[in-house]
Amino acid sequence: MALIQISEPGKSAAPHQQRLAVGIDLGTTNSLVATVRSGMPVTLQDENGRSILPSVVRYLANGSVITGEAAKKAAIIDPLNTISSVKRLMGRDIADINASSGDIHYEFAETGSPAPRIKTVAGNVSAIEVSAEILKQLKHRAEQALGGELTGAVVTVPAYFDDAQRQATKDAAKLAGLNVLRLLNEPTAAAVAYGLDKKAEGVHVIYDLGGGTFDVSVLRLNRGVFEVMSTAGNSTLGGDDFDRAIANWLKQQAAISSNVDQSLVRQLIQKACDAKEALTDADSVTIEISDAANGISWHGTLTRDILRGLIDPLISQTLLPCKRALRDAGITRDDIADVVMVGGSTRVPRVRELVREFFGREPLVDVDPELVVAIGAAIQADILVGNKPQDEMLLLDVIPLSLGIETMGGLAEKIIQRNTTIPVARAQEFTTFKDGQTAMSIHVVQGERELVSDCRSLAKFELHGIPPMVAGAARIRVTFQVDADGLLSVSAKEQTTGVASSIQVKPSYGLSDSEIEHMLRDSMSHAEQDVTARNLREQQVEADRVILALQAALKADGERLLSTDEIRQVQSKLEMLQKTRQGNDHAAIKRAIDDLNQASTEFAARRMNESISSAMAGHKLDDFGR
Amino acid sequence: MSITLTEAAAKHVQGFLANRGNGVGVRLGVKTTGCSGMAYVLEFADEVNPEDKIFEDHGVKVIVDPKSLLYLDGTELDYTREGLNEGFKFNNPNVKGECGCGESFTV
Repeated sequence: MALIQISEPGKSAAPHQQRLAVGIDLGTTNSLVATVRSGMPVTLQDENGRSILPSVVRYLANGSVITGEAAKKAAIIDPLNTISSVKRLMGRDIADINASSGDIHYEFAETGSPAPRIKTVAGNVSAIEVSAEILKQLKHRAEQALGGELTGAVVTVPAYFDDAQRQATKDAAKLAGLNVLRLLNEPTAAAVAYGLDKKAEGVHVIYDLGGGTFDVSVLRLNRGVFEVMSTAGNSTLGGDDFDRAIANWLKQQAAISSNVDQSLVRQLIQKACDAKEALTDADSVTIEISDAANGISWHGTLTRDILRGLIDPLISQTLLPCKRALRDAGITRDDIADVVMVGGSTRVPRVRELVREFFGREPLVDVDPELVVAIGAAIQADILVGNKPQDEMLLLDVIPLSLGIETMGGLAEKIIQRNTTIPVARAQEFTTFKDGQTAMSIHVVQGERELVSDCRSLAKFELHGIPPMVAGAARIRVTFQVDADGLLSVSAKEQTTGVASSIQVKPSYGLSDSEIEHMLRDSMSHAEQDVTARNLREQQVEADRVILALQAALKADGERLLSTDEIRQVQSKLEMLQKTRQGNDHAAIKRAIDDLNQASTEFAARRMNESISSAMAGHKLDDFGR
Repeated sequence: MSITLTEAAAKHVQGFLANRGNGVGVRLGVKTTGCSGMAYVLEFADEVNPEDKIFEDHGVKVIVDPKSLLYLDGTELDYTREGLNEGFKFNNPNVKGECGCGESFTV
């Protein structure tokens, strides 16, 4: 006899048509799965009653795979085949990874492809495959707990995840056999779990301090729609850093030398973590360290005051991104309706205290901060599979960096501005630069800077088959479309003939939030320089256009319409412009263009007269009067 | 004519109703769309129709339409756990046969 859940009125499923949906929080350190049972969102537990699945995967020589707690325990004895924090590798290439984090303990295979593959005894595996193992485990748990196959899942991703990282997450879910209803930003999921979507309009801040990452997001609820106004964070700061700070303090106190073996380091970190958790309720905690192998036996007391001294600098580091997020969103602290706490590390009372001080209001902590994202995802999944009658809740997200294309002179023309809510489609018309140009190369870039060389290249494709026309006559419509999952597709269409070409952007590597921040900071600190550079490039492009056009005209009609003297005069101005164009004084180039225009006005007039008279030849005056 | 709830079922219904925030009780019913004849309906009830029968057990209102009651009379609603799965179960004395999965039944 199958077990039955209570449905909303009129939403009872026909037999074998139950719409089982789950929300999955695929985290860097821990992952969870949740569902809505008889209208109540709950996280699903394993046989041992644990909701949390450590995001750790171990590969064995016989090809079998272990995930979760058992894999995490094996990390010390089998570090090369035990993969943790794989989320950091999603959608990234080897160059990115080597540049960003130093704490990766496994080896990458030399495959020649930019997508990293991790060497294990069971063969080389990609980040997508590792994530898929975690998702498979959660899917299995969910199907056990719900007694049937899943209709679909909502998987959460950080708000700053770019196209490549989102695509990689989707691919991992597909590989695990999950039907992804949609990807949902983690902060949005947290807001949904608190039912903030049912509240009046307002601005909400989501403060998410996990094991190894920190994210802050500003959301605005507007006519029942969530919009991510800004995000900021630090991808290498989390509760693990608290543990390390305490462990270092323990080392000092117990006079342990810095080069000790791994098992003692593990023990110290574990003691540190236990002490941190104990201090959530207690004012002080005694710690004992004994390690016969290293001849160490120590015990002492850690108080909240000492802890404060150790972790305050770390917590302060989270407040800078908070400031930036508020500034980016263009709001002040007074505009905030709620602050939502997410992530296990927000259980630390001192974190709550400093967050309360910073935002000037009591943060929401009622929903378990470790479960809140999965619960929000489950609520959204339940709506998406149609188990809720009335809800029309549509969740919107934003793109983190502007998207655009390269135009003449290496300038970046932004088509979708950063922080635009998605899904979105924007189109702009471009034209040809040269007479008879039949193809156009479309270079898709991401970033805030004016020059393409300072932005990030996402993709390139070409539009062929433009009919030969004079420069500027062709009309090429370039459309940028970002879907609800944040994936970009770009298409170009020549309007007169209808020839079209398009690309789905799957960039080969991604950006971390710190890189995004870096790019944003650059765009502000280089603002003036960028304006100058843009002015110069624009004048240079204009100069090139004038030179090309005039050279073509001189070649065609110069000797027929102008005297040798006149030609010489125009030529000298032309050479002058060519010379000035090489320099970097945009005002001088502009003057030279004006000079040349003036010198060639007469020539242009004669050409015009001639073409008009040839056009009129054979026609009666009457023909033109109509 | 009666419909009853086990204590576990009553506790869970009350919990779910409280979480939902509104609703007068729970509606039990049958519909004729299964692979083996009939299927159970279990829904939150927001309104009671004039022809509905209302039973109350362990403080929970159970609402049944008269047609369904013919197939459900004597049913006890239970809440159980099977491995990781948990949910409601209809102990229906009228059932003569079930499909393999038990999601639909004949009387």
